Amino acid sequence: MNLLLRKLKMGRLTEKGGNSLTNQKPSKLPSSFRQSLQARHLDCGSCNGCDWELTALGNSFYDHQHLGIDFVASPRHADLLMCTGPGSTQLLMAAHETYEAMPRPKWVVAVGDCAIDGGVFRGAYACEEGIGKVLTVDVEIPGCPPKPEDIIKALLEFMGKR
Amino acid sequence: MQGLREYLQSYHSCPDIEIVEWEKQEGIVDVPPRDLPEILTYCLAMRPRPIWLTHVVNDERQLGRGFCLYLVLHFPGMDFSLTLGAKGINDEFPSLAKIFPALNWSEREAQDLFGLHAVGHPDPRSLVLHPGWPKGFHPLRKDYKTGEEGKNFKRAPLVFPEMHGDGIFQVPVGPIHAGIIEPGHFRFYAIGEPVLHLEAQLFYTHKGIEKLVEGRSIEEGLRIIERVCGVCALSHGLAYCEAVEKLANVKVSRSALLWRTILAELERVYNHIGDIGNMCAGVGFAIGNANGSQSKEKLQRLNLKFFGHRFLRGMVVPGGVKSILNSKDCQTLLSQLLEIAKDFEEWIPLLLHHDGFRQRAVTTGVLKSESAVDMGVTGPAARASGIANDWRELHAHLLYPELNLQSMVEQEGDCWSRLVVRVKEARESFRFLQTLLEEGMTESEGKSDTSNPFSSRKLRPWQPAWGCVESPRGTDVVWLMVDEEAKIYRCRIRSASYANWPAVPLTVPGNIVPDFPLINKSFELCYSCCDR
Ligand code: SF4
Repeated sequence: MNLLLRKLKMGRLTEKGGNSLTNQKPSKLPSSFRQSLQARHLDCGSCNGCDWELTALGNSFYDHQHLGIDFVASPRHADLLMCTGPGSTQLLMAAHETYEAMPRPKWVVAVGDCAIDGGVFRGAYACEEGIGKVLTVDVEIPGCPPKPEDIIKALLEFMGKR
Repeated sequence: MQGLREYLQSYHSCPDIEIVEWEKQEGIVDVPPRDLPEILTYCLAMRPRPIWLTHVVNDERQLGRGFCLYLVLHFPGMDFSLTLGAKGINDEFPSLAKIFPALNWSEREAQDLFGLHAVGHPDPRSLVLHPGWPKGFHPLRKDYKTGEEGKNFKRAPLVFPEMHGDGIFQVPVGPIHAGIIEPGHFRFYAIGEPVLHLEAQLFYTHKGIEKLVEGRSIEEGLRIIERVCGVCALSHGLAYCEAVEKLANVKVSRSALLWRTILAELERVYNHIGDIGNMCAGVGFAIGNANGSQSKEKLQRLNLKFFGHRFLRGMVVPGGVKSILNSKDCQTLLSQLLEIAKDFEEWIPLLLHHDGFRQRAVTTGVLKSESAVDMGVTGPAARASGIANDWRELHAHLLYPELNLQSMVEQEGDCWSRLVVRVKEARESFRFLQTLLEEGMTESEGKSDTSNPFSSRKLRPWQPAWGCVESPRGTDVVWLMVDEEAKIYRCRIRSASYANWPAVPLTVPGNIVPDFPLINKSFELCYSCCDR
């Protein structure tokens, strides 16, 4: 009984993200990708702040799945590679392999200041100045870390839903 | 600490031992490198047995002291911390890892980053630097100036132990994992279902932060140190500020101490509750995970609303805190926290009384008490293995002495105990927050004395200083030395995750591979602040 009440209470928190079903704005995405995107997260040396904000997208407040966005386990299933961190040298090889493993068409999102230009870690000996130095970035989401709202907003804009 | 002092003074009646500083809570003693093993053996035989805070190697050749090694030990019960400084190292130092396995990684790291040789180390493989860097690349030597070496990194195969026998197979996992997690490579050696041995290869997120902060001002350093770890940002920042304040001989006002304690507890509570939820995710227990992540989100929203950052960055500054709340805000914050605490008590029984979950977690991933002591494990992981080791209790600092804090100890050392420790500590933190915020309400009426003319203070150059904070994962230690211009000369970050990671592989053998996610999440260690 307790469990049931709990479940009912939980289901009422998700914040409305505007009308997310119709596309209102133009998007460079092919139309078959505008309704839903499957993302793969790639930590390229982040401080884990950005990673935790990506995790937060799954909590009952944001619930990314109701917006058509989901995180998948394998790059083989992913349309989008969401990179956090400046690109640490010892991980670059694995990062390339992850990117290569994704089917085309595919896009890269730089999440957070580090991923965009290295952030505070610019100039360290074992990292790049942003993931853009090794992969072609399509969307940038600034912030240290960007708030979950900001990440959702950027993704919805990318899909032409906002 | 009289006995220890006399021992050191009369040691071989040797003139090389110099007591540089000996105060009530802290001592600094210079010893010749060759005598380190004997002195450490003596210290470790003392009861209660000392714990290690940090192990630092520093290139002080420019000062004519060669390479120096600093080992900071803490003697529980006496609230005394001793820095053993061994100066004048040329290219090798005696390894202490066999006497005290907790120093294993730190010594291997010194070999990588300084090119020194730890003589007698039982496992001298490289650690922080993966195979593939140019030969002779030792970035923390002062004569190495950050340059193009990163470009010359050519990934070479990692070295793992071999294992042979009928039916033995290896399961390599990572560095990139299936969820939203940090990168690390795990290699399971299994026979049938049970794991025989686990090798963890970390340091994929190594960026070279300790080198990066060298030569920076204290303020620039703080910005970077707060970004060593996302979820323990406040603890790292606070430990760093404590070290700076020691060098500046600054006493922090009571009001600042109050707010620092509040912030530290806010960080603990959002992490513990999130980590409880994550443990549920480790066994696919959806309702537990959903409740944990929901409460964590509520707490992080409070952080943002009242302190301007979801991870509490930017709040602690050298000398004090950036700002404090007025009494109305205190009241609102407290009432919202109490609501979350009430909600916590509503959902936590769902987990604690869930048979399926219990059966997965009880007896899984046992960390034996002796192993925890040997490996220098800290935080909830140590306390779940019966070691009453909580920096908030061991060392009188912030407002903890007034809160009558006690280490929350469980005996079994399994995943379940680590969960229960977090549950109890989260409850305690809510209780502390209530007391502290009530004081905050009366306090902020009148004086709000948190501004501190810190920048005008002079820092003592070439002196070692450390700061220590009990983060949600255990004791974070920042060790600092500055030059005459108050620029950072060396900053060593020993996070709780760094201390605990070597113990994780010990808890896996005997369990089955699918239990690893749960074991891993029950420690809930960061990779970033371990790899730096
Ligand atoms: S942008 Fe900020 S929060 Fe994100 S990984 Fe970098 S330092 Fe961490």
